[in-house]
Amino acid sequence: MRKILLLLTVIIVGLLFISRLFYLQVYKKEAYSLYEDTAIRKEFDYPKRGYVYDRNGKLLVANQPSYDVMIIPREVESLDTLEFCKLLKITKEDFIKKYRRAKNYSPRLPSPFVPQLSKKDYAVLQEKMRKFDGFYIQKRSLRDYQTSIGANVLGDLGEVNQRTIKKQPYYGLGDLIGKQGIELSYEDVLRGKKGIKFIQKDRFNKNIGPYKEGQFDTLPQPGKDIKITIDAELQKYGELLMTNKRGGIVAIDPSNGEILALVTGPSYNPNLLVGRERNKNFSRLYLDTISRPTWDRGLQAQYPPGSPFKVINALIGLQENVITPEDKVTCRMGYYYGSRKLTGCHHHKSPVDMNAGIAQSCNAYFVTTYRKIVDKYKDAGEGMNIWADHAKSFGLGDYLGYDLPVGQKGRIPNGSYYDKAYGDNRWGSTYIVSNAIGQGEVEATPIQLANMVAAIGNRGYYYTPHIIKEIEGDTIPSKFTTKRQTTIDKRHFEPVVQGMFDVYNKGTAASLRIPGIDICGKTGTAENFIKIDSVKTQLTDHSIFVAFAPKDNPKIAIAVFVENGYWGSRFAGRMASLMIEKYINGEITRTDMEHWILTHSLENEYAKPYSGEPFKINGETTLQVIDKVLAPKNDDFDYSIQTNPNKPKL
Amino acid sequence: MHSREQHRGFRFDWITIVLFLLLVGFGWLNIMSASHEGDIVSYFDMSQLYGKHAVFIGLTFVLITLILSVEAKFYERFSSVIYIVAMLALVGLFIFGKDVNGARSWYGIGSMTIQPSEFAKFATALALAKYMSDLQTDMNTIKDQLRAVGIIILPALLILLQNDAGSTIVYASFFFVFYREGLQQVYLAIAISAIVLAVLALKFGILITAVIAAIVICSLYFFRRKKRASILQSVVILLVCVSFSAGVRMFYDHVLKPHQQNRISLWLRLEKDPAKLERMKKEEAYNLIQSEQAISSGGLTGKGFMQGTRTTGKFVPEQETDYIFSTVGEEWGFLGSSIVVILFMALIIRVLFLAESQKSQFSRVYGYGVAAILFTHFTINIGMVMGLIPTVGIPLPFFSYGGSGLWGFTILLFIFVKLDSNKINEW
Repeated sequence: MRKILLLLTVIIVGLLFISRLFYLQVYKKEAYSLYEDTAIRKEFDYPKRGYVYDRNGKLLVANQPSYDVMIIPREVESLDTLEFCKLLKITKEDFIKKYRRAKNYSPRLPSPFVPQLSKKDYAVLQEKMRKFDGFYIQKRSLRDYQTSIGANVLGDLGEVNQRTIKKQPYYGLGDLIGKQGIELSYEDVLRGKKGIKFIQKDRFNKNIGPYKEGQFDTLPQPGKDIKITIDAELQKYGELLMTNKRGGIVAIDPSNGEILALVTGPSYNPNLLVGRERNKNFSRLYLDTISRPTWDRGLQAQYPPGSPFKVINALIGLQENVITPEDKVTCRMGYYYGSRKLTGCHHHKSPVDMNAGIAQSCNAYFVTTYRKIVDKYKDAGEGMNIWADHAKSFGLGDYLGYDLPVGQKGRIPNGSYYDKAYGDNRWGSTYIVSNAIGQGEVEATPIQLANMVAAIGNRGYYYTPHIIKEIEGDTIPSKFTTKRQTTIDKRHFEPVVQGMFDVYNKGTAASLRIPGIDICGKTGTAENFIKIDSVKTQLTDHSIFVAFAPKDNPKIAIAVFVENGYWGSRFAGRMASLMIEKYINGEITRTDMEHWILTHSLENEYAKPYSGEPFKINGETTLQVIDKVLAPKNDDFDYSIQTNPNKPKL
Repeated sequence: MHSREQHRGFRFDWITIVLFLLLVGFGWLNIMSASHEGDIVSYFDMSQLYGKHAVFIGLTFVLITLILSVEAKFYERFSSVIYIVAMLALVGLFIFGKDVNGARSWYGIGSMTIQPSEFAKFATALALAKYMSDLQTDMNTIKDQLRAVGIIILPALLILLQNDAGSTIVYASFFFVFYREGLQQVYLAIAISAIVLAVLALKFGILITAVIAAIVICSLYFFRRKKRASILQSVVILLVCVSFSAGVRMFYDHVLKPHQQNRISLWLRLEKDPAKLERMKKEEAYNLIQSEQAISSGGLTGKGFMQGTRTTGKFVPEQETDYIFSTVGEEWGFLGSSIVVILFMALIIRVLFLAESQKSQFSRVYGYGVAAILFTHFTINIGMVMGLIPTVGIPLPFFSYGGSGLWGFTILLFIFVKLDSNKINEW
């Protein structure tokens, strides 16, 4: 015992040390990463974000420098809080709150303290920054919108949230990321790749030089510039026409699927969502649940399409060989099944062939056609499936696959849809005649309707609509250059196109003719309801119009949708015609029509359901007349949400 | 003559010498990594600590040659003289000494400094060996025990008065020597009990300590029927225990300086006030936290020589002296640090083994002293760097930067190598 006490103690202590080392270095140890090493300071070098140009090369989105005050809580020394708060224009309570938040996130890692200082604040602060240990200024780049239009298309940047950081470690707290529009869908292209410098610190947090001679440092890779398919002039004009209305305009170039204009009303100035005010403004826009300026009506407004859908039924009827263009249908102010009137119709001459059916938008004609299609097969379910497949080949009833981050599927019901609703085979074609005239269960978004007319204008094919035209040093995805065929043979299109042409010549849009341009169009009027105090109440009809022009080799296909605009040619038809003239001729000859649109507002109409009083709709209303809306000048930034001063207080 | 010298050379214990060389060499590499400022231009760059240490190592070989060429009997005969000189050097500090970090334990000669306490260790070991191996000394008598203790207490006291509490603790290592040389078993029991009681008293308070002591003493009384103490003796033992606990408590509260209190409080996790704990983390515990993080960040294989980010950033204060092991941990990882631990164990065990094989009591006692001193330094230093024991500022033998320390340990070890080489001449 005497001889081995020290020996034993040495062995025990040695083993104890080795197990302690094992605990510290192997068991407790997390995987070593340069990014986690607190002895290494990481400095990021933010690349230039790609510019955005319109189809004609007009610069829409550029960058401007911005300065964030960053904090590393652990390194903060006692400071003159009062002076610091004054420089940053925050209160002392704010200071304490922000400090706590940063400390909760991490005492060691930098987090933004006051983001996005103005240039002036930065200049003042920079002089005095050395007095405030633990704070530094990080330069970043913010978006600088060179235009006041297209907020819904261009989208905006916002601070990346924690969830995204967890999923994509590329981003750090305070980084900016695309939140909406092309900023979101082309984030990877536009953002580039930030550079990083690893700097060895000492224990006083001083930099003592690059880590390993900077061999792990990377240079920032600038983001790529992109050109989008939007025609800024046309977009601006569309937004002007949409002033004081709610709705959407989608214009597509049928020859390649490029989206020429994507208007939603009401809209807002994209510069509202830049800088320190972004969050405040965004909440204001987002929480406006009545006019919903952040809701892109061109992409997201899903409604029964109304009469424009009739032309699809005509095409399916021809393809299924159940009608010929010459077959006539008698209309007795409606469609009768036995003695039961299934659907009404307006006054026009009767009987009608296909051409007159389309031009006069006769309900009876299309219900007859639709029933022939469905009843051609041995049961209505199979007939509906065939019908639905044809309709879906026009890009209806599902996401179109365009490159903007929001959208709706629309709806084309098939046999099983009704089997579910009514029970297997316990229904027939007479149950579902509303689909014949674009009411009932059929629903579509404006962009789907625009794409549908593009396919008709092309006589049977379309390209997936898209917003990207060129990417610097890259090609656009091949799905946007692939032709998509419909299931209708080319020869069936001519009589239908002729019918749409006659809509303008002698039909429901005869008053909207543009001299020198052969436009083919179709009016639409869609009934709609909302719940007021849980009572289903009908509102004034939506005004819908689809068109393409010229008749042969069309250059533009357009869908216009105006909420509560009443009949199709009243608002939507006029706006579609003006847009077409603007795009094809570059100037407006129908100034009477333009004047009418710019002097009529629907704001009163929109206020009705919220007035709490009984109100009248459709034909019993009078239209609100206002002073002519003026186009905003380019250099005149309107920082308010675009609304009518007459807008009633809600 | 020539052949005799050569013949003699082979009797040196080469295992000890190789272990010594490995430790010194590896230590120097780590000092280089921990202390360099900017790029390494020359290994002997005298403006940098590693350059100076290289010179210290060079001089070590001169020292070794001297020690090994002196006749072995010299050390036994002149041990008293060496001891007296060392003690005078310690006393001289009170007059000529220089304050460094509050401790008055240095002589300044030009730009050089010398720390006599590093040399007092081998002197004390020699003196103790000489005294205990004296034929007239009987370690079973209290009188001679006290004299032996006196030899140790004198330098310990002098060093304590110079405000170098860490180096004082080292003198407790001679307990192992006494025990080996026949100290009664009861002292071992007392030593262990004292440590346990002290820890209990600080951690749980006197009352609980007293209760625990009472339970242990009662159970001893009931279960050791044959050799048990009487009731009166048991009560006296209990009283001694309780007053010892109270004494420790008072010592902690009133004698220890605040920084010493904090070190112990951190080790036993006594502090409950979170605000004060937070402050302590920035002050007393800063070194400890930094060194644990550095060691931990090394992982299994370490970041590589001169590649430690914390070492390069000098995150651990005093990383080239007392905290050199944190650099080993960061740059050489679990494998490298374990090898260092094993090298130390091997060296100490080798010295112990050689000590046991000595024929003369003088050599054996001295060898035991060497092993015990090395062991104490090794345990306290590495234990402290890894947070196993409270912070005590003593160097890691052969590793830490510093001439006095390196030479002190070299002399300590190589006198024993010399004594060992002479054992065939003993009778």
